[in-house]
Amino acid sequence: MKQFTYTITDPIGLHARLAGLLVKAAKGLDSTVTVACTGGRSAEATRLMALMIMGVKSGETVTVTVEGGDEEASAAAMERFFRENL
Amino acid sequence: METAGGKIIQGGVATGTLRVFRRAEVPDSRDAGLTPDQEWARFEAACAQAGAQLDELCGRVREELGEESAAIFEIHRMMLEDEDYLDAVRDAVRSGETAGRAALAAGERFAAAFAAMEDAYMRARAGDVRDVSRRVAGILDGLEGGGTLSGEPVILAAEDLTPSELMQLDRSRLLGVITRRGSVNSHAAILARTMNLPALTGVDFRDGWDGRMAVLDGFGGRICVDPDAGLLAAMEEKRRVWLEEADLLQELKGKPNITLDGRGIEVCANISGPGDVDLVLRSDAQGVGLFRSEFLFLEAEDFPTEEEQFAAYRRVAEAMAGKRTVIRTLDIGADKRADYFRLEKEENPALGLRAIRLCLTRREIFKTQLRAILRAGAFGNVAVLLPMIISLREVREARELLEECRAELREEGAAMGTPELGVMVETPAAVMIADELAGEVDFLSLGTNDLTQYTLAVDRQNPGLERFWDPRHPAVLRMIRHTAEAGRRHGCRVCICGDLAADRELTAAFLRMGVDELSVPPSAVLPLRRWIRGLDLRGEGEAAF
Repeated sequence: MKQFTYTITDPIGLHARLAGLLVKAAKGLDSTVTVACTGGRSAEATRLMALMIMGVKSGETVTVTVEGGDEEASAAAMERFFRENL
Repeated sequence: METAGGKIIQGGVATGTLRVFRRAEVPDSRDAGLTPDQEWARFEAACAQAGAQLDELCGRVREELGEESAAIFEIHRMMLEDEDYLDAVRDAVRSGETAGRAALAAGERFAAAFAAMEDAYMRARAGDVRDVSRRVAGILDGLEGGGTLSGEPVILAAEDLTPSELMQLDRSRLLGVITRRGSVNSHAAILARTMNLPALTGVDFRDGWDGRMAVLDGFGGRICVDPDAGLLAAMEEKRRVWLEEADLLQELKGKPNITLDGRGIEVCANISGPGDVDLVLRSDAQGVGLFRSEFLFLEAEDFPTEEEQFAAYRRVAEAMAGKRTVIRTLDIGADKRADYFRLEKEENPALGLRAIRLCLTRREIFKTQLRAILRAGAFGNVAVLLPMIISLREVREARELLEECRAELREEGAAMGTPELGVMVETPAAVMIADELAGEVDFLSLGTNDLTQYTLAVDRQNPGLERFWDPRHPAVLRMIRHTAEAGRRHGCRVCICGDLAADRELTAAFLRMGVDELSVPPSAVLPLRRWIRGLDLRGEGEAAF
């Protein structure tokens, strides 16, 4: 299992288009990716509606967990994705 | 004559017949006698068909309105593939619902979850999941999708309108849209803005208005049926100005601001917040020449946090997509006050603790802002502009604070940009040391309102002094020329961002002085650009001042 945290800087937070991009990126990996934020809310990164309904706002810090498959590569890809898009 | 008000989605003016839009109801076909497995198979087939429709729609929207609008329908397609959504439909089918009703029920369930969210943007996503569910249900129950328009162009009135329904309507037959429900954040609203379609929401219209003559004032946020001749004429005039502006944009978009004899000048826009950016983009300005950041403070109940400021600056920087955004640091004090600053009353506020003086006195406030600007710099081309400068010492102190913030942010691992630094030239002192200032900073920005006030010693807040107020006074114009010459000597950009920048009678003089940039209200950008392109400075002497 690999884990990293990231603070969302997009002004609208994890909005529809970004959630869609995240789902696409996560579906391309052979690991299970989970996004969790404060208050116990979490969702698998391949689930669009669940991600949107989490309502992650700008400035919130999320914990991203990568399990199974090539964890090293998947975590690196996810970290890059968050940095570049969120 | 009957009228109703609404929230503005998109400005513009439309005159024509009003048509009330009715959506085909999905019939209750509960007892079709199919097994749950058969219903599920029907649902899957309908999903495949909906997916193909959405792909086609996506392609068309991408072509007509661009990538960002197309992404709306890509999200719809992804919603149809979402495991939780599919689970909800499957559960409903297993419990005996028909495929169509199961899709609608699942759509409502997720719509309710979105509608309960705190954030207005996310609440508006309820419309998307409903839209896509209706699309599937419509396919299942053999309904014609949405409505179509034929015959003369109309103003459409609808309870609410989904993005798909809007895109399905023939744009050439659509003059404008009003809806009773819906949100200015909905994707349908975003599409209407992209299409430049006059639109209002929250309008309490009556079904009886169907087929009647109406005028939609998208600027004033009103619709009126059976307008009288006076209103019609007024709206016609408003419409003419609006269309003229649109033509002007069409004519000037992407063209350089060069006079007939080949002299160039940049034309930028002044804004007070992220809400003004749309206007700037629509005017095709070359950048934001002045972002009056104090409005973020004046509209707040307490000091805006670094995150709040960062979000606002970032939004503007991102929207400007590489074009320069000059953020003037806090220019509060004098006539612009906010209670939470707890500023002491002064005898002479215009000469008092204001702007840079306040920032260098209460450094924590200033540093919060500088940090937010540096961070926004990672998302676009931002510049810092210091107001009310009278000495080099102030510039150096501010620069030290900027460096301090940069070091802190580097330590924290935050992303940053490297903003240019400029100063406002709005005091005679700054004009007299313009050479030294030009050697120290990246650009000088002339604030002609304060410069006039301090040069002429005329209080601009005092209406009784109006006849003494003269921004074209030779003293003011010579101040500008002196500054422009100093800028040229040091290769330092010189901009005019006060009211005088939009004064067309002076444009030729400013060009001759070698001013590099004029920054004006967004509405003045296009007319000024056209004016510049028509100027010819050959054969005329230097103006006499």
